[in-house]
Amino acid sequence: MRRISWFNATSLTVGFAFLYLPMVILVIYSFNESRLVTVWAGFSTKWYGELLRNEAFLDAAWVTLRVAVVSSTLATILGTAAAYVLIRAGRFPGRTLFSGMMYAPLVMPDVILGLSLLLLFISIGLDRGMVTIILAHTTFCMAYVAVVVSSRLATFDQSLEEAALDLGCTPWDAFRSVTLPIIAPAVISGWLLGFTLSLDDLVIASFTSGPSSTTLPIKIFSAVRLGVSPEINALSSILIGMVTIGVITFSISSKRAIVRRQKEENQAN
Amino acid sequence: MRRAALILLPYSWLLALFLIPFLIVLKISVSDTALAIPPYTPTLDLSEGWAGLKAFFAQLDFDNFRFLATDDLYWKAYLSSLKIAVTSTFLTLLVAYPIAYGMARAPDEWRPTLMMLVILPFWSSFLIRVYSWKAILAQEGLLNQFLMWIGVIDTPLMILNTTTAVYIGIVYTYLPFMILPIYAGLERLDGSLLEAAEDLGCTRLQAFWLVTFPLSRGGIIAGCFLVFIPVMGEFVIPALLGGSDTLMIGKVLWEEFFSNRDWPVASAVAVILLLLLIVPIVLYLRNEEKQREAGA
Repeated sequence: MRRISWFNATSLTVGFAFLYLPMVILVIYSFNESRLVTVWAGFSTKWYGELLRNEAFLDAAWVTLRVAVVSSTLATILGTAAAYVLIRAGRFPGRTLFSGMMYAPLVMPDVILGLSLLLLFISIGLDRGMVTIILAHTTFCMAYVAVVVSSRLATFDQSLEEAALDLGCTPWDAFRSVTLPIIAPAVISGWLLGFTLSLDDLVIASFTSGPSSTTLPIKIFSAVRLGVSPEINALSSILIGMVTIGVITFSISSKRAIVRRQKEENQAN
Repeated sequence: MRRAALILLPYSWLLALFLIPFLIVLKISVSDTALAIPPYTPTLDLSEGWAGLKAFFAQLDFDNFRFLATDDLYWKAYLSSLKIAVTSTFLTLLVAYPIAYGMARAPDEWRPTLMMLVILPFWSSFLIRVYSWKAILAQEGLLNQFLMWIGVIDTPLMILNTTTAVYIGIVYTYLPFMILPIYAGLERLDGSLLEAAEDLGCTRLQAFWLVTFPLSRGGIIAGCFLVFIPVMGEFVIPALLGGSDTLMIGKVLWEEFFSNRDWPVASAVAVILLLLLIVPIVLYLRNEEKQREAGA
């Protein structure tokens, strides 16, 4: 085993402290009795109680959740198709434009995407609401899905697909019974990535949402702009906790799957 | 036949919801502000056919762009965004490189965990991570309390609502975008190259500078673009951590749109921002394509 040098140990420790300390502080202060964030006045869970009684937040959370499920699902379908087209379909007219449009949303500033989508919805006369947020989120999430899925598609052996086709599969059968199971982990992580990006998005949702459909980030942003509020600390802690549990569960289960597969492969040999 | 259908599905989605919206922004940026709904003229009336198109081009003008050029708020905001984006990209690189390097040189069995720890903040809310700095940087905040307690300063520093706070927020939230591509490059690095360099008489520092650093250049370039381009249009961080002296174009666009309700000017601001970013975006896409080909 290679030993880690003091320089690397220091940079990792300082780096991870920088990444995590602010969030840890936020969680600690969510249990603070005082309204002031900077003064510790004893342990209390009262802000969690207040949060659960705040219907505006709960409504917004419900809208956000529905938007995220629908748009990440649509984005996964479209993004997987796009990745498949990019890696497998070979040359076709407008391929460069296609790959450009596919990857550009990854870096494009949110304000530009949000503004341009809003102006589209207005010019085709589509009322702003959940539908427009879903359309907008699907568009930028599919780029992320495509990146995750295409890197997986690029590394696996194409001859497996060709073998299936030689053995009489239709292209669709070959995709369903050979390709899809192999890229499934990437498709799932793509969906999860799209889901969290949609949950998280403030800027694009602000442009494309209507008065009846406010998402949680929009609510949080308007509350936070006025100052620091202990209810938001509680809400943030809940979100951080859920994400942590979700990611840890997912990584443990995918690790188990890898171990299981390795065992099976060893037995097969 | 099926192949065509498969291509058409994502292709038409992107055309309809990515490319056409930009063309509409372009169109509205050359329209006049009007007190109507939608609040701009001219409108392109395709039902009138050729005459409608001609009427549209006859009404076309570049007043909004002329307005942007005459009011120094706008070019100051572009310049200040550019300065903030360049500086914070560099700062992020300085902070990220040692972390990525440490990760790549850590024992093999640690790496998946370290990788997980870098990705984890990605999954938790961006907004909340920015917000968490408010409590730290405030006048009576934890950082000032700490600095006064250890005796470095006597009076609290004003950090929140300044451009310094914006830099801290940007480096913090964009750090994973820089760490991951650099780490991906460093991890692939063949250790025997370094041994060869040391055998040939390099010191460790020379070996780093002559071998490791050049080989991680692809990752550095990717990371810099991933930070620079979105930061140029950043809105949330200056809105939450910056003060009135922090001028950024994303914030100007937002206010033009939501407070002033001047859609044509907001569109013109977006068009110029896009023009500024086209070169870096194209370079980034090229770099990605090259990395993909090298990796495959």
